[in-house]
Amino acid sequence: MSGPESPAVGNMPEPLLVAREISMSFGPTAALRGASMSLAAGELLAVMGPSGSGKSTLLHCLAGILVPGAGEISFAGQRIDSLDEKARARLRRDRFGFVFQFGQLVPELTVEENIALPLLLTGARRAEAIGRAGGWLERLDLAGLERRRCGELSGGQAQRVALARGLVADPAVLFADEPTGSLDSLTGEQVMDLLVAGAREQGMSVVLVTHDPRVAAYADREIVVRDGHVVSGELIAP
Amino acid sequence: MNIPLALLGLLEREPSHGYDLKRDYDTFFGRGKPLPFGQVYATLARLARDGKVIAAEAEPGAGPDRKRYVITEQGVSDVETWLETPVAAEPHLQAVLFVKVVLALMSGRPAQRYLDAQRAAHLRRMRELTELKRGGGDLTDALLADYGLFHLEADLRWIELTSARLDALAQVVRQ
Repeated sequence: MSGPESPAVGNMPEPLLVAREISMSFGPTAALRGASMSLAAGELLAVMGPSGSGKSTLLHCLAGILVPGAGEISFAGQRIDSLDEKARARLRRDRFGFVFQFGQLVPELTVEENIALPLLLTGARRAEAIGRAGGWLERLDLAGLERRRCGELSGGQAQRVALARGLVADPAVLFADEPTGSLDSLTGEQVMDLLVAGAREQGMSVVLVTHDPRVAAYADREIVVRDGHVVSGELIAP
Repeated sequence: MNIPLALLGLLEREPSHGYDLKRDYDTFFGRGKPLPFGQVYATLARLARDGKVIAAEAEPGAGPDRKRYVITEQGVSDVETWLETPVAAEPHLQAVLFVKVVLALMSGRPAQRYLDAQRAAHLRRMRELTELKRGGGDLTDALLADYGLFHLEADLRWIELTSARLDALAQVVRQ
């Protein structure tokens, strides 16, 4: 059941992100075989499935990191699978945020510099970027760690920094691939609480890849990927 | 365990004697707790009274078990509805779900679809419990919700594993 702050999925307007019949192979291995899905604005969608089912490949295609061999992907009504690498990089930088299983922080940079990184990459002034990063330090319970190097953080702290970095540029879609996969239950729960609160506050959509049903239960709905197909979970009517 | 529906499911494969049904029930679902003969015949008599099965004429020969039972359209429809309706999302449902999966495979029905429906029902319940926790309730509520969540998660892991092994299970139950 969705809570009062959850969007009413059944009454969604046009989907924000849509994949139609996408296929993707790595050499002779087919990772996706005609997968279709859609994501509404403000929706939290869990992508579930066993290891090797194609769920991470689906995320990478949706996020413009990979280009599918066949099929179409549209974001905000525009095809993105036909964009060149430079345009897709711009799209990822300007409209999408990312959180991965192992934070993938830059160990030489401080906590606040890591969080500010997406803003610095879009050309924001350093003082402004660091200022906005500071706002997230408070919200994600990281105050006092501003100048700490990321290599010195605990797993839970590092993942909260990664989450802040994913949220700081106010993306339209946050892509999270097993964001709690390296954390214990309680720490994972804290990260998920913060992720959901951050996404709801900013009205952003989330694509949450996970094999963990307790993590998927934070989403508004789930789809299941099996053998490269989306086999379960309704498609929002376009 | 819903014994009448399990017997109906077994009977759907082919007309059978009570003895055959008991043997197959004990083999697949009994697991050290065999179904008493008396219960088998009492259940079949009730099913016949309710129009779910028809008892054919007694066959000549020795022994008490000379009646062959045939499932009716109503009986098939009951089995169908039961298989398609997800079990209430509560912990410890494996026994019922296991029976459903085996019977679906025996009758060539889409067992995977039933497992997918069950997964969706479980996740709906898990969302409710997660929302309850996030709603800022007190710690006892949160811990009780966690208890439910961990048990539902265990069921879901079983569902995933069974999904991955459906082909092998189908071979076993169709032998």
